[in-house]
Amino acid sequence: MIENQTTQNLPAGKITIGPLFFHWTAEKRRDFYFRIADEAAIDCVYLGEVVCSKREIFFKEFLPVVSERLQRAGKEVIVSTLALVTSKREMSTVSAYADAGFMVEANDVASLQALHGRPHVIGPFINVFNESTRDYVIKNNATRIVLPVEMAADSIGRLAGGGEAAEIEVMVFGRQPLSVAMRCYHARAHELNKDSCQFVCGLDQDGLQTNTVDQQPILAVNGTQTMSHGYVVLLQELAKLQNMGVSHFRLSPQDVDMARVSHLYRNVLDRKCDPAEALETLKAITDTVPFINGFWHGSEGFAWVENRA
Amino acid sequence: MRSSYLELVCPAGTPAALHAAVAAGADTVYCGFRDCTNARNYPGLNFDMDEMTAGVAYAHEHGCKVLVTINTFPRAGQEKSWHQAVDNAAMAGADAIILADIGLLDYATRRHPGLRRHLSVQASAANALSILFYREHFDIKRVVLPRVLSIEDVASLIQQTEMETEVFAFGSVGPMSEGRCFLSSYMTGLSPTHEGVCAPASHVVYQDDNHCIKSCLGSVTLNKFSKDEPAAYPTPCKGRYEANGRTSYLFEEPIGLNAVDILPQLKAAGVTALKIEGRQRSRAYVSKVVGTFRKALDDLAAGTQIHASGDLKTMAEGGRETSGAYKKGWR
Repeated sequence: MIENQTTQNLPAGKITIGPLFFHWTAEKRRDFYFRIADEAAIDCVYLGEVVCSKREIFFKEFLPVVSERLQRAGKEVIVSTLALVTSKREMSTVSAYADAGFMVEANDVASLQALHGRPHVIGPFINVFNESTRDYVIKNNATRIVLPVEMAADSIGRLAGGGEAAEIEVMVFGRQPLSVAMRCYHARAHELNKDSCQFVCGLDQDGLQTNTVDQQPILAVNGTQTMSHGYVVLLQELAKLQNMGVSHFRLSPQDVDMARVSHLYRNVLDRKCDPAEALETLKAITDTVPFINGFWHGSEGFAWVENRA
Repeated sequence: MRSSYLELVCPAGTPAALHAAVAAGADTVYCGFRDCTNARNYPGLNFDMDEMTAGVAYAHEHGCKVLVTINTFPRAGQEKSWHQAVDNAAMAGADAIILADIGLLDYATRRHPGLRRHLSVQASAANALSILFYREHFDIKRVVLPRVLSIEDVASLIQQTEMETEVFAFGSVGPMSEGRCFLSSYMTGLSPTHEGVCAPASHVVYQDDNHCIKSCLGSVTLNKFSKDEPAAYPTPCKGRYEANGRTSYLFEEPIGLNAVDILPQLKAAGVTALKIEGRQRSRAYVSKVVGTFRKALDDLAAGTQIHASGDLKTMAEGGRETSGAYKKGWR
């Protein structure tokens, strides 16, 4: 990691930009990362395609320039790998990143095998739900663990506390990934299949809103991925997370002003802004998408539970 | 005399179902303890320690093997119950245990090195590298393959890993990568990964809504049926949703998996064992489905053509069948 003035001045609690789940055009993606490099309060950026290997080719040419610009701005750069690896071609992509010496976020156990014990990050798509699994992956040279989105506060506390051998990261903003599949639901929604998908996932830059038959917005479909309709927002919980020993806070890219979102979270982490006030500002940035925090409270994931503290 | 065309692995949700499966010609049965350590933690199902010990003895007397599933993911701070389940399976004389969690695999490997370990479908190992990881680290002897693979994928995996594999032959079509699907806890707050129940009955409600029946999971409406249509169980991935202004079974239809027509292809792909799902189903289901597959396998072993496709329709989910992901167009 390249340290510079900005990152050195940041107090404990690092903010990361998780891998982009959506199929944005390569140019939009590049400009997004340039803005993160130049204007965001971000310590670490995860690049790489997690959802669908068919999309990988589009951004490939921009990867070196984006990665270089981010590193020059003092950001740590990590390459996230696919959440579901099934083909030989996908395996060789995973191995190529591992062999090229990139710091890799492993999202499928395939990556762990390809890494042969080299230092890595465990992504949220590998189930680390308990102390034994945490300790095992650390022994296998995981230096950071991004916990599964389903995890409730008490479990996060148990895994973040006591195990200083690895950093712990929790997703605190964005649509929560709820499942991965071989089948492409975006294609299905357009009466196509995965092999002839015409990249219709690109039509919905923030995910395809999916309602119940009673017209209640409930999910968002993004290619082979199913996500929450609401954005998880753990702003009021940041101090508690920090006290538990969580070191990294993940903002998952949505089609909103992520640089502004990052400053809000930074200010709350730095106690420069009241969480309740930040929540109001965030609502103005994110427009009509509801906020959720149910998993944190051990409730229905799509619920918003008012902070009692 | 039973053939050994493919090993027939059958569900035993209760001691009675275990007896039925053995009688109908199972080569192997699988079952779990009566708690959250297995992925079918439904009321009235599963085995206590005495039942497990007796069940294993009964199966062994009849030349049938027993696999114990301990395939949920232990919650932080509560791993003891899962360790106990592994110890109890060993004590009951199980032939193998089926596990998914990395920490639990590590525990079993260290504490019971001689007890065979199978990798559960809940571990979602859908590629050769993942399978090799589990083999190198935990010496797994068999992998239960995810339902998201085509026959070509299955054949290629076996070729690359030379691993013993078990595949789903009858039961449900799971469109999501298993062990990593949080849709049910998103809608109910109860997690299949820890509690072992997807779409728990305690949260299922059928409502009369004018001229139709609504099926809900918690407060989420997953489907609407006209009164003459059979109302399918509200599982999140098999509900009707509206997207792009069109209402459809966006993820998967309520339809059952039946691979009886493609057994020769599975055999040719190098598959070792076939898994029949349904620990939550009745003894009659177990007898009928196991008996049908037994006959099909024995006929194939004897070189006879089989015509079993229509035989199990009434047993299938939603009364309809598919060969699911095994055929390429599915995805």
